[in-house]
Amino acid sequence: MNIRLPNAPLTDEQLLQLNNLLQGLEGWQIDWLSGYLSGYRAAQATTDPVSATVAERIKLTILYGSQTGNTEAVAGQLAEKAIASGIDATVFDMADYKPRELKNEQYLAVLTSTHGEGEPPDNAMDLYEFLGGRKAPGLKGLEYSVLSLGDSSYEYFCQTGIDFDERLQKLGATALIPRVDCDVDYDAAAEQWINSFVDSLSSKIQASAPQSPAAASSAAPVVESIYDRKNPFPAPILENQLLNGRGSSKEVHHVELSLDGSGLTYQPGDALGIYPQNDPLLVAQLIETLAFDADATVELDERSDTLLNALMHHREITLLTRPLLEKWAELAGSEELTQLVEDKSALTEWLRGRDVLDLVQSYPIAGLDANGFINLLRKLPPRLYSIASSQAAVDDEVHLTVAAVRYHSHNRDRGGVASTWLADRVTDDTTIPVYIDANKNFKLPADDDAPIIMIGPGTGVAPFRSFMQEREERGARGPNWLFFGDQHFLTDFLYQTEWLGWRKSGLLTNLDVAFSRDQQEKVYVQHRLREKAVEIWNWLQDGAHIYVCGDADNMAPDVNEALLDIICEQGQKSREDATEFLRQLTRDKRYQRDVY
Amino acid sequence: MTTKLSEAEQLKVDSRYLRGTIAEGLDDTASGAISDDDTKLTKFHGTYMQDHRDLRDERRRQKLEPLYSFMVRLRIPGGVVSPQQWLGLDAIADSCSNSTLRISTRQTFQYHEVLKKDLRSLMQQVDALGLDTRGACGDVNRNVISNVNPHQSAIHSEIHQLALAISGRLCWQSSSYAEIWLGEECVYQPGKSEEPFYGEQYMPRKFKIAIAVPPENDSDVLANDIGLIAIIENEKLIGFNVAVGGGMGLTYGEPATYPRLATVAGFVPADRIVDACEAIAAIQRDFGDRENRAHARFKYTIDDHGMEWFGEKFAEYHGEPMTEAKPFELLRNGDRFGWTESENGHSNLTLYFNCGRIADTEKAKERTALREIAKVHQGEFRMTCNQNLVIANISPEQRPIIEKLVEQYGLDDGSARPALRLNSMACVALPTCGLAMAESERYLPTFVGKLEQIMSDIGLPEQLINIRITGCPNGCARPYLGEIALTGKAIGRYNLNLGADFSGQRMNRLYLENVDEATILAALQPMLEQFAEQREQDEHFGDFLIRAGILGAERTPETLHQPLKTTV
Repeated sequence: MNIRLPNAPLTDEQLLQLNNLLQGLEGWQIDWLSGYLSGYRAAQATTDPVSATVAERIKLTILYGSQTGNTEAVAGQLAEKAIASGIDATVFDMADYKPRELKNEQYLAVLTSTHGEGEPPDNAMDLYEFLGGRKAPGLKGLEYSVLSLGDSSYEYFCQTGIDFDERLQKLGATALIPRVDCDVDYDAAAEQWINSFVDSLSSKIQASAPQSPAAASSAAPVVESIYDRKNPFPAPILENQLLNGRGSSKEVHHVELSLDGSGLTYQPGDALGIYPQNDPLLVAQLIETLAFDADATVELDERSDTLLNALMHHREITLLTRPLLEKWAELAGSEELTQLVEDKSALTEWLRGRDVLDLVQSYPIAGLDANGFINLLRKLPPRLYSIASSQAAVDDEVHLTVAAVRYHSHNRDRGGVASTWLADRVTDDTTIPVYIDANKNFKLPADDDAPIIMIGPGTGVAPFRSFMQEREERGARGPNWLFFGDQHFLTDFLYQTEWLGWRKSGLLTNLDVAFSRDQQEKVYVQHRLREKAVEIWNWLQDGAHIYVCGDADNMAPDVNEALLDIICEQGQKSREDATEFLRQLTRDKRYQRDVY
Repeated sequence: MTTKLSEAEQLKVDSRYLRGTIAEGLDDTASGAISDDDTKLTKFHGTYMQDHRDLRDERRRQKLEPLYSFMVRLRIPGGVVSPQQWLGLDAIADSCSNSTLRISTRQTFQYHEVLKKDLRSLMQQVDALGLDTRGACGDVNRNVISNVNPHQSAIHSEIHQLALAISGRLCWQSSSYAEIWLGEECVYQPGKSEEPFYGEQYMPRKFKIAIAVPPENDSDVLANDIGLIAIIENEKLIGFNVAVGGGMGLTYGEPATYPRLATVAGFVPADRIVDACEAIAAIQRDFGDRENRAHARFKYTIDDHGMEWFGEKFAEYHGEPMTEAKPFELLRNGDRFGWTESENGHSNLTLYFNCGRIADTEKAKERTALREIAKVHQGEFRMTCNQNLVIANISPEQRPIIEKLVEQYGLDDGSARPALRLNSMACVALPTCGLAMAESERYLPTFVGKLEQIMSDIGLPEQLINIRITGCPNGCARPYLGEIALTGKAIGRYNLNLGADFSGQRMNRLYLENVDEATILAALQPMLEQFAEQREQDEHFGDFLIRAGILGAERTPETLHQPLKTTV
């Protein structure tokens, strides 16, 4: 057991001591210790005069959903009045508010208009759906009130406010004062609501004598999970969203999985291993072609299972390997296949775009039984995906960016086993067997002030989303620069709204994009790099770390070449020196790549 | 300046004569949008940012920004373009827009679904045709519209020259246009004025001028801030009756906002009419409300100060007062479809287009047809204020060629279809207009189709009725001048307004509020049946409703806000 949080606010020595202590403890002892520590801290807090006054201040979060600005104005009035009464009030546009912050709130004001036929205003949509959806947290202990603005000439008068009220209540929150629904002449009613809301809050200030913030749920100590590669955690699916707009030829899914209760932890840059299921249609075709019984018992890694299960979950059938072909050739007794196996380049050519069904159809083995067949095939290996989230931002969730791999070859539509499983065949009830595959060689700089340049076209952008979430949560001040590319701006800009949001908030310093098919000549990220040569060189002088993620065959070498050219030109170095410069960056962990 | 300016006014002042950060926004390739402030400034440049509202929710889930695009509106005073210009404008529809041309209710072209990356290219192509987009939107004088006069070519030519002159006089001048769109060097210097007429605050609100030649009122002349009614004596244009303070928009639930028809103030001779328009615009520039944008149109300035005040101010600004208005008679505000002859022996053909949309579809190759006509036509094209098109000044030699093309492509000269469609008008609304609360252009054919059925059942298939639909109360399709008008309240729900006249001289009133199609039809059916039985010779539906006592004739701000009925 080891604490491995790079951002733990402890010195190396303290970490060592802590690790030494924890290693000797049983689980129940750790549980006791965690309770002890939070009590210890609470006792400290009450004797600390600064903390005591802070504890007295009531924190009020004001959220508004507004189409025309009226609601926003009322939210401002509430904030003004609350602040004047000594309440620590903050106003958020609902679209700018992180829904998962809700569970940390104590007092909440929700102000919203209603749009059209009872729909929420655009900026309220995310929060509205979050509260009504699977990811909504329990909100016991939250006290709130809702003010809804509407127009009673509409059938669904103030419906959005009513919905918010009901959803909050359902999640366990308590209404501090009852909801008020205002008609078009809202001023008087809104003012009354503001006054009684602020009065109720003010009376709370008086009532709350300085008391210890009792057993606040402190962060659980880092305990290594019982789940790993050999024992994957069945992760429920929270969300599965196609990211490409209409008309795109790409199909990339944003998949959110729950790690709740698994104890699994990960860091930005790590990958998630997934044990996929094969396509039942392909499995059925195989069984039919071989004329086997799906229910036949087969021996499988020291236990037995049905043939169907073995093929669905435990054996690779979409990829052919050389060893399999060699074994197969021996048993099939086919002259042709034997020759093919011996001719390396011909074999490579034949393997391309073919799977086990092709092999079975082309070179049948006489007398092959189900058990023998299963033992020829290799185990279905897990698929790795770069994680697209940071736990600092998403707690016990893990997010992936999965491109569905589909192609047509040798008269059949085929697909990548894991990506098409996630795209086509999982339901809300499916659990995905997962484990964390740590990647020490793709990590944010330890120095939060260091600049980073992220080059991630296509799904290569995934780890950079985790980087940004992490740096945002950490309050890291280092400049961040993303180079993203794909086919079309309108449909393929993965996580566009998030990047724009981070640029707007100032977290993302530069955002450069290349969309290859939006103009006559193809433009890729390496072209954008070259255009920004001077600035990139300046960033490198300032200690920037460069990260490249994505396609290993073309993109990564092209980007490498562009970087070399930039170093040559801007640093006035020979090719040789530039290569050495880049090597040194690699040794210093300032040039890291996650390419596949 | 001692008092603090309103946000909208401050934005104009800070914009450095409409530059803002528009150029930087166009260069940002990571977003299809421009900044909020810039979206207000680009209106002056003739373009609105919009987004595909049908896809908003879907794209939000996909973590994609809304599908932003731009509507670009041209400045074409009097709506006249040459065949060469037509061909250029047609080509732009393919290279930069959605392959359709749309004639607006102010006699100009609108392009829709123009992506940010294509905006500059579009503006440059427009410039190359000798046209521009200055002031097609924004707080300035908008496109000056005029009667198309298919049958009076000589008068039309004179009127058209005046429309050009008025538009030219009141066009904004800042070099920002050439810098942002045409790539010219920035010449901005702090403290140096680039707007001799407007100054750095421009107008308090949009400003609209229209010209009518009686008895035709196809330009809905009284719906404008300045309405010029041509006075012709002995076949000579002697001058104009000048009406002031018209405007269509209102805000639901705010009785202080209301549409208003312009009031005739007096007569101005033709040779001083451009100066007179400038003087009137200057009065509004100096006295319009710059604090409350909902109260900033000229109609409120006129009502706040009164006509007498206006008369005095006009004399002061113009150097001489207006003389007494001359008698005139306006008979209709629709278009006259089909062939007409001009005095000079040439002919004109007015063609119908559904909501002004010119497209190549399975049913009809309208764009191709007009392109073929433009290749041979030697006269001009005149867009009408009702979103239709006149192929004007066709010589006797050319006429058979044009006739053949019209027949070959099945263009609609108004003779074939049921009558109701000919006088129907709708704004664009969903999916692109950000203000729309309900469907309009996409709904018009359905609604009119259902009314046509009723009209046919009651034996009045040939009866003309002005029908107008808008997606919101702001008035792009001049809905308060419809004999039957719907203004959008929510998806599938409208306010039903009834009882305008047929010539654009009496507004309608609110009849039912926030009702669905079934309720609207249930309300109209018995009225139309009664109309069929009891109407007098040449009586129009709007007039009948008043004579029959179904509605009063009085029009006040209240009659446009308080529904007459709450149920059918």
